[in-house]
Amino acid sequence: METIAIPAINLAPIMPEIILSCIAMLLLLVNVFVPSESKGYLGVLSLVGLVATAASVVSGWGQPVAAFGGAVQLDNFAVFFKLIFICSAALAILISDKYVVREEINHGELYPLILFATVGMMLMACGMDLMVIFLGLEVLSISLYVLAGFNRGSLKSNEAGLKYFLLGAFSTGFLLYGMALTYGATGSTKIGNIAGFVATNPQVATNSLFVVGMLLIAVGFSFKTAAAPFHMWTPDVYEGAPTPITAFMSAGPKAAAFAAFIRVMIVAFPTLKHDWTDLLWILAVLTMTVGNIIALSQDNIKRMLAYSSIAHAGYALVGFTACNPEGVAGILFYMLSYTFMNIGAFAVIVLIGKKGEANGNVQDFAGLGQKRPLLAAILCVFLFSLAGIPPTAGFVGKFYLFSAAIKSGYIWLAIIGVLNSAASVYYYLRVMVYMYFKPSEEDFDWVGMTPAIAVCLLLCVATTLVLGVVPGTVLELAQKAVQF
Amino acid sequence: MLEYVWLIPLFPLIGVLINGLFGKKIKNEAVIGGIATLAVVGSFVVACGILFQLISMPGEERHFEKTIFTWIQSGTFKADIGFLVDPLSAVMLMVVTGVGSLIHLYSIGYMHGEEGFYRYFTYLNLFTFSMLLLVSGNNLLLMFVGWEGVGLCSYLLIGYYFHKKSAGDAGKKAFVMNRVGDFGFLLGLFTMWWFLGHNYNVWTINFRELASHADLIPAGGVATAIGLFFFLGATGKSAQIPLYTWLPDAMEGPTPVSALIHAATMVTAGVYMIGRMNFVYIKSPTALLVVACVGGATALFAATIGTAQNDIKRVLAYSTVSQLGYMFLAMGVGAFTAGIFHLMTHAFFKACLFLGSGSVIHAMHHALHHVHSDADPQDMRNMGGLRKKMPITFLTFLIATIAIAGIPGFAGFFSKDEILWQAFSNPLHGEVNIVLWAFGAVAALLTAFYMFRLVFMTFFGETKLSEKAYHHLHESPAVITIPLICLAILSVLGGYIGMPKLLGEVLGGMPNYFEHWLEPVFAYSNNYMAHSLPGAHGEHSPALEWGLMGVSVLIACCGIAFAYALYIVSPTIPEKFTSAFPALHRAVYKKWYVDEIYDFCFVNPCKALGGFLWKGFDVVVVDGIVNGVAGIVKGFSGILRYSQTGYVHNYAYGMVLGTVVIVAVYVFR
Repeated sequence: METIAIPAINLAPIMPEIILSCIAMLLLLVNVFVPSESKGYLGVLSLVGLVATAASVVSGWGQPVAAFGGAVQLDNFAVFFKLIFICSAALAILISDKYVVREEINHGELYPLILFATVGMMLMACGMDLMVIFLGLEVLSISLYVLAGFNRGSLKSNEAGLKYFLLGAFSTGFLLYGMALTYGATGSTKIGNIAGFVATNPQVATNSLFVVGMLLIAVGFSFKTAAAPFHMWTPDVYEGAPTPITAFMSAGPKAAAFAAFIRVMIVAFPTLKHDWTDLLWILAVLTMTVGNIIALSQDNIKRMLAYSSIAHAGYALVGFTACNPEGVAGILFYMLSYTFMNIGAFAVIVLIGKKGEANGNVQDFAGLGQKRPLLAAILCVFLFSLAGIPPTAGFVGKFYLFSAAIKSGYIWLAIIGVLNSAASVYYYLRVMVYMYFKPSEEDFDWVGMTPAIAVCLLLCVATTLVLGVVPGTVLELAQKAVQF
Repeated sequence: MLEYVWLIPLFPLIGVLINGLFGKKIKNEAVIGGIATLAVVGSFVVACGILFQLISMPGEERHFEKTIFTWIQSGTFKADIGFLVDPLSAVMLMVVTGVGSLIHLYSIGYMHGEEGFYRYFTYLNLFTFSMLLLVSGNNLLLMFVGWEGVGLCSYLLIGYYFHKKSAGDAGKKAFVMNRVGDFGFLLGLFTMWWFLGHNYNVWTINFRELASHADLIPAGGVATAIGLFFFLGATGKSAQIPLYTWLPDAMEGPTPVSALIHAATMVTAGVYMIGRMNFVYIKSPTALLVVACVGGATALFAATIGTAQNDIKRVLAYSTVSQLGYMFLAMGVGAFTAGIFHLMTHAFFKACLFLGSGSVIHAMHHALHHVHSDADPQDMRNMGGLRKKMPITFLTFLIATIAIAGIPGFAGFFSKDEILWQAFSNPLHGEVNIVLWAFGAVAALLTAFYMFRLVFMTFFGETKLSEKAYHHLHESPAVITIPLICLAILSVLGGYIGMPKLLGEVLGGMPNYFEHWLEPVFAYSNNYMAHSLPGAHGEHSPALEWGLMGVSVLIACCGIAFAYALYIVSPTIPEKFTSAFPALHRAVYKKWYVDEIYDFCFVNPCKALGGFLWKGFDVVVVDGIVNGVAGIVKGFSGILRYSQTGYVHNYAYGMVLGTVVIVAVYVFR
């Protein structure tokens, strides 16, 4: 009788995923017994779980370990990204507290769903097998579909959930097909083995099966990173989804898609580098331009930030196109900064908003500068950072991305990026113009700070400024994280 | 002690922060003034310590650099935040902190009860900080920071009484004219940096490194360009032709400001800068000739205007311009030591004069205020006979006046005579030297004349005040007179450290300490001069030097005698003179119409051009392009947003289309 060779099981590399999954399941169980006015405790519990997970992640820094026959690998790259995911999940949970009460969607499932999404993201970051990445992506996506439609009473939220589901499933088809073709061409789903096969059989680079497989995988990931022309789901979903979930989606899952995208492309398809950097070049230009230009004419601030997040994916693609260690380190740094500055901005939106997602237009921010000067100043920090103005994290991040592009010879790409960045200033500053220069009849008396949001804002402002003023340490960590 | 050089600028900066942030709340004048004064006194103490340590070191080792951190590093361009201590900067540090301390102290009394007392001391400390940065920075860029900082503070303090339009205008004038000069400074900096870097791969703006690579700068063209660029900067800051007109207007500021900024320290920055860059100037006789001619011409020109002014501070202002001209004359004939020496003695006696005039104005103001007269307290025609009422002010003022007139035994004589002798004897400019000497000599005559005219009109004769007002005149308080006394003492003794060699020998072998002290700083230039111009020193006979010394003393005495004759013996003559030559008098009184000419040639055309560029170019072309581009992009945005239909099937089509195009491109290429 033939025995199936069971690989030696080393659970250490997936310990963070195990911890977080357990906590999430525990929360689901506990949820049943928690009365609806005390659901906030579930949030506290999930934060504790995230901290524990973070501790377990950090312990993996500097000592890459592979497990499950090389299907999973916890290296610095994975650790860095996992910390970004954990931050985005934690910040999103911090700002949901007030929101779910206001919108009367105080259901305990919210927290486990965010945690499950985080587990999916973490698997994507450490997956060394296309199947593991795919599994991670699906765990993430399915949680997000539910989260997007979490506000069952709201038509828009339902629409967002359904649209995201349909288009997400559609794009998953492309991705899976691409993986299948790659498997067909190389005989393996392990990224390492694919790379090895390509190294020993260089002629495969001209094989249509292989090339189309690579392209379809790229298309699949482009959908998840919301790169044009696969971005169209983004504005509708971001606008409709509950605001904390939008904040979460724009930061964590986008970073997760980049993590998997980068690892697959750089490790599995190094011989096709020129082909996929050409593709990324075009995607980057399209993504930045489409995102920024359409953002110019948006009045709804969530929708504006949705387009802005498309544009930011474009900036990250610039670093990806450069495809040098600086560029990739730049993406890592940028994703981290973006998580804090963007969720920070969303936190202010949550505060300003009224029930039923009302009060979400740029015009509704009129007079905030006079009535709530501190809050307005905090929002300014985030907007300046998003626009890439020093001394904020956004400036440093963009600087590294563009300079990496120049270093690789993509001068025009950097110029287009800078021009786009200049155009984007218009719609970020427009919010400030309303805040400071337009009179308002409102006195913003409904804007009540909660401890959770205060902590979130404090963390976001501090990180945005610290990364902008002394980026050195974090940047060094990012550079250490890109040695695959 | 040298290690702590960074404390010198730090103390005033702390003063700025305390008074600037909390001054409005402190309110107590003694505390505010005390903090500001103590800050500068603290710097003075450190500066003294540094001076003594330098003195205890052997001559050639008197050079110390303290780099705090790298400030800017961009490619080949590097600038440190660092300090340089050498004999030259030590002199400047002593002058700035020493005179500065006295003037801070004086200000406590003078500014008593003024609105914005804390604002005044914040600016004054900020000025001291900038000036100390200027003279102690170890590179050109840091010097430029100080250079701009003192310009800013000058602007702020000239416009201190900003509710007066004339004060605001004067501030703006000073700022704009200084900007013209600053432009030259920057051009000089860039030319020098680029020239050395591009040709010899010496990318540096550090003074020590520049000086050690001085041999790389060839004589002629480039050195002339660099020298003239820097000199343009100096003409702005140090009020030389053609950029001097802001300084007389700067008298709108409080009088201690005029003493500190517009007489003793800031306006001498240009002289210091040329001294610092002497190794460039020495390579270019052309640049030096320009410096000497501009200096000589300014000395004479400003002195003529000074003879016909009636405002006590304006006379002193033109006198300052004229004396600065002397310093540049010295620099221009390669007598760097003499120039710096005159800078120092001038700081003593001119600060004393300004503070003395401030004391007079202070007293006049109170007296006139008492009798509700709106007569101008600064107009000398309203004064007279003040010596009996204000003996200390009078005495100190007289000492300083004798010093500036160049009477032997007082500080001004030693420095001014040295300059005139050097202008005459230094063979650098050949025959032109005689002309330069003549300019200086005539200016000296006029200086003695207008300064004693001032003294006679103010302190002697019958008073022009009403009896009641005269009765209310009284001597200023101690906080004002003590600085006056200190400065008067310095105006006498300050000269003896720079005794001319000839005179020193007679007086029992007293050496010229000052020249010896600065020797290491100017060694390169002096050697270069000795090599390129054999016989630069010692060719002239002692008899000639004695003779010239006698001539300059005679000139000073003539000036005083003229003034005595015209304003004491027969005071009607000046009026007869003005009515005999009304056109000449009006021209001199109106400052030779230079302001009007500048208005006609530069200001009005600039305004017209500005108006055209605004309405014709900016509004139509620039705004048109900017708004046009923005409009197009926004229009595009409006169209593009329709791609977002909201229908899932449209989105899916979009994705399929994108995928098909991408795959097709790669498969069929």
